[in-house]
Amino acid sequence: MEIEEKIAGLIRRTSSRLSADVLQALAAAIRREAKGSSARMILETLVQNAALARRKGTPMCQDTGTLTFFVDERLRGLVTPAAVKKAVAVATEKGWLRRNTIDSVSGRSINSNTCDGAPVIHYVPAKSRRAAPAVTLLMKGGGSENMSRQYSLPDAALGAGRDLEGVRRCVLDAVHKAQGYGCAPGILGVCVGGDRACGFEEAKHQLLRRLDDTNRDSALARLEKRLVKEANALGIGPMGLGGKTTVLGVKIGSRPRVPASFFVTVAYLCWAARRQTMRFGGGQTK
Amino acid sequence: MKRLSYPFAESDVRALKAGEAVLVSGLVFTGRDRFHKHFADGGRLPVDFRDGALFHCGPVVVKEKGVWKVVAAGPTTSVRENPYEPEFIRQSGVRLVIGKGGMDGATLKACGTHGCVYLQAVGGAAALTAACVKRVTGVHFLEEWGAAEACWAFEMMDFPCVVAMDAHGVSLFDAVAENSAAVLDALRGA
Repeated sequence: MEIEEKIAGLIRRTSSRLSADVLQALAAAIRREAKGSSARMILETLVQNAALARRKGTPMCQDTGTLTFFVDERLRGLVTPAAVKKAVAVATEKGWLRRNTIDSVSGRSINSNTCDGAPVIHYVPAKSRRAAPAVTLLMKGGGSENMSRQYSLPDAALGAGRDLEGVRRCVLDAVHKAQGYGCAPGILGVCVGGDRACGFEEAKHQLLRRLDDTNRDSALARLEKRLVKEANALGIGPMGLGGKTTVLGVKIGSRPRVPASFFVTVAYLCWAARRQTMRFGGGQTK
Repeated sequence: MKRLSYPFAESDVRALKAGEAVLVSGLVFTGRDRFHKHFADGGRLPVDFRDGALFHCGPVVVKEKGVWKVVAAGPTTSVRENPYEPEFIRQSGVRLVIGKGGMDGATLKACGTHGCVYLQAVGGAAALTAACVKRVTGVHFLEEWGAAEACWAFEMMDFPCVVAMDAHGVSLFDAVAENSAAVLDALRGA
């Protein structure tokens, strides 16, 4: 199969299939809500929708979002920007992607979804030389992207200082401000530190982690668990209409900072957490 | 579950209460960011919204053998249209505004004054919503705005929604917001 076809296949899978860890988290959320409650009804609708999209191979959400490709740098010669763009144009033509790219100055639709800057492609260092090289695609809709935030500590209004307690306060604020928007229950990718640009890059990278994994940093692992519990205590619930599940996961990473800056970046991802991995020379999916 | 069919009668719409589940059938027009900007800039409305429904939605569509087919069509976040919606409701005579996330106090007030409700559809449930679109009966501004922003006319059948803001000044989001603010305060003190 041509590389463009393989990438187009990855786009279709990502657009139409919810990952197993997200489906499991939604199933657990359903069990927590009372029968007949609107929260439970909404969650059941999401699961039915995911099943229908998977069966038909069509987008689970009409906002097929910003496409961010994380490409193992060993694949640089194969998964080229030209190949990725061709695959995106084909996937758009087939209706696996919405015509979702607007020229910010003229306001015109860029119907192929490809231009200078779209899609986003990051060539990333290999995690280990033994692992099969992989391409991971993240599709993140605009409603959830609009709910992402960046804080600069200290923040007097939040009572947030330059420590993990300050980070906790920022994350809770972000969840509170996102209520009703961004399609809860969501997943939060957080970066402590970095500059403004790499803060968002790392925060988004955290969104690729499996919901059931454990942070290798024990302090961050504890904070992640605590924040899931506390965010859910807010009672915002699915689609902001009240309920016990407001977030499905909180994943926190860090980046070094300069002494003057202390950013906390929160990338909000909706329940339609579309992320799939294609491995080369081995199995596939994630 | 209550059924609402186009044209939507003012008395039926005014009788709806926040929290009720409804099924919407008949003609529904999409309109989102570009549409509202066009309206605010004094542009003409491409269709007659009187007793109609406005759906905040940018669908995924494909043309098969010359016929438009809707592949995915969930609601987009409505809050961005807050600055324009009260005036749109007043001028257009629209009865149902469908989206997600709710809208502000001015829109809630306009719903009461002019006999309109805000319906919440399930965000992201785009495959299920697309299955409720039986036919595309027209499209406006497709060339200028692109497929996601264009004003589409859908013939829908049993589109499930919840009345989130009614014509009596009640919004479901208010109670949730009040409660979550109190919990947040307690967590900050912890």
